[in-house]
Amino acid sequence: MREINLEAFLPRLGDAVFETLLMVSVSFVLASVLGVLLGLLLYATRPGNLLQNRPVFAVLNLLINIIRPIPFLIIAVSIIPLTRAIVGTSIGPVAAIIPLTLVATVAVARIAESNLVAVDPGTIEAGAAMGASPVRVLFTIVIPEALGPLTLGLTYILVALVDSTAVAGVIGGGGLGDLAMRYGYQRFDWFVVGVIVVILIVLVQVAQWLGNVIARKVMH
Amino acid sequence: MSTTSRQPAIRFENVWKTFTHKGRQSHALQDVSLDVAPGDIFGIVGYSGAGKSTLLRTVNALERPTKGRVFVGETEISALHGPKLYAQRQRIGMVFQQFNLLRSRTVYKNIAYPMKLAGYSQEQILDRAEELLDFVGLSDKALSYPSQLSGGQKQRVGIARALATQPEILISDEATSALDPQTTTEVLDLLERVNQEYGVTILMVTHEMDAVRAIANRIAVMENGRVVEHGSAYQVFSSPSTPIAARFVSSLLQHVPDVKTLEAIRKVHRGRLVQLHVENRETNDPFLSRTARKHDVDFNIVYGGVSELEGRLFGSLTVELLGSEAQVDAAVAELGRVAQVNEVTGHA
Repeated sequence: MREINLEAFLPRLGDAVFETLLMVSVSFVLASVLGVLLGLLLYATRPGNLLQNRPVFAVLNLLINIIRPIPFLIIAVSIIPLTRAIVGTSIGPVAAIIPLTLVATVAVARIAESNLVAVDPGTIEAGAAMGASPVRVLFTIVIPEALGPLTLGLTYILVALVDSTAVAGVIGGGGLGDLAMRYGYQRFDWFVVGVIVVILIVLVQVAQWLGNVIARKVMH
Repeated sequence: MSTTSRQPAIRFENVWKTFTHKGRQSHALQDVSLDVAPGDIFGIVGYSGAGKSTLLRTVNALERPTKGRVFVGETEISALHGPKLYAQRQRIGMVFQQFNLLRSRTVYKNIAYPMKLAGYSQEQILDRAEELLDFVGLSDKALSYPSQLSGGQKQRVGIARALATQPEILISDEATSALDPQTTTEVLDLLERVNQEYGVTILMVTHEMDAVRAIANRIAVMENGRVVEHGSAYQVFSSPSTPIAARFVSSLLQHVPDVKTLEAIRKVHRGRLVQLHVENRETNDPFLSRTARKHDVDFNIVYGGVSELEGRLFGSLTVELLGSEAQVDAAVAELGRVAQVNEVTGHA
C-alpha cells in the first residue's frame, strides 16, 4: 500500500462529506415534497377515489413505471440538457441534485401511493359515517393514518439517495462516491476506499435510526 | 310500547338494493319495509349475506337504495347528497365490528373528531369528551392510543365517539362480534345504558341471537334480503313463526330438541311425542299431572326449557304420552286447552 498524503486528502474528504450531505439533503427534501404530492395525486385519481380520473391516473402511472426501472446513471446522463437548463451546469453536486431529485420523486410517489391505499378502509368509512366530506376524510384521516409507514418509506429513500450520490460522483457530481472512485478505486488505494465506505455506513446508520425514531413517534 | 301515533325514528319504505356484478344481478335487499320507533333497541338478525348490514348502512346513506326510501325522523336521508347529507350523518352515531378508530389519534382525539366536524368549540369538545369518557369508564385512557387498548376498550371508545355529537340514533354493525363473551356482555350493557340514560334509539345488526336477547325490545329476522319476520322480542323468541326465526331462537334457547337430539330421544321413547308450548301462565294449575290422572295415561318429560324475557316466562316441553290410543288422544285434546300442542313427527 502506498503512503497517502493526509494533508492533501483530509480537506478533500471534508469537502466530499459536505457535498454528499448537500446532494442527499436537498434532493431528499425536494423529492419528499414533490413525491408525496405526486403520490397523493395518484391515490386521488385512482378509480373510485375522490378525484377519480382514469386518463390522469394512467398517464402518471405509466410515467412513473417508465422512469423507475432506468438505471440512475443513464437517467443522469440523459437529462443533462434539463439539468443544464435548470442549474446552468451539468457538473458538480448542485447539478447532480436534479437527476437525484427526479429518481427519488418517482420512488417516493409510489411509496406514498401504496401507503395511502393501504389505509384501513374501515377508518375511511367511519369518517364518512361521522359526516366528514371526502376532502376532509383525505386530509384528516387518510393522510394522518398513512404517515407512520410513509416515514419508514421515506427513510428507505433517504438511504437509497446516499447510495445514488456515490453513482452521481462518477459522472462529475462530486461527493464521497467521486472521491472513492478517483482516489481509491482508480489508484488502488484501498485505505481511502475503506475510510469512505465506513463514513457511508455511518451516514446510513444515522439516517435509518432517525427514521425509525420518527416513525415510532408517528405510529404509536 | 305503542308508538304508532308517533313518527318512527327510522323508516324503511319498500327498500330494494340490487348489485350488478359482471352482468349478473343480485338483490341484497328485496322490498324491505320496517319502522323503528323512538326509544327502541331494535335488533336485526340474520346469517351473513342476509342483507342486514346493507340495510343498516342505508340509514346513514353509506349505501343507497336502488328503489325505495329511507327516513330518519322526517328527513328522507336516501335523497340527500353533499353537505346536507354530511350534516345529517353527524346526527347518527355508528359503531363498527372492527371499531374503526383512528390509530394516529389518542382516545380523546378520536372522540373529539366528530365534534370538530360538527363545529363544536374547544371547550364544548373538552366537556363532552370528559363526560363521555366517564360514561364509558375510560377516563384514565384519554391520552392512550387505540393500539394500547383491549378490544372491549376500543369498542367503548367507538361508542363514546358515536355519541359525541349527541345523536338521537345509534346504528351498530355487529358491534360485539369481534369480542369475547365477557366483553360482549359489558358492551351490550353499555349500549343498554346509552338507550336508557341518553334516550338514544338503537338499531343493531348481528348474527348473535344472545346479543339481541340481552337488550333488544324489537327484532326483525332477515333472510335473502327480506325481512321474513318481525315483532317484539318476546313474540319472536316465544313463538317464532318462520323456520329461520325458529332456528335462531333455538340456537340460544334449547326449548325444542333438534333433529339429532330427537333421534336420540326416539331410540328410547317410542310412544307418542308432543311438544307443549307454554307462555304467560297465570295460575299454578298442575295441568300435566292433572290431565294424566284424568285420562289414565303416563308421561315422560323428555326435553324442554323455560326462559324469561321482559319479565314474562315462556317455554316448551317435549312429552312422551303412554297409554291406549283413545286415552292419549283425549289427553292431547285436554292439554290443548292449556298449552299450544304440536305433534312431534319423525322430523323436528
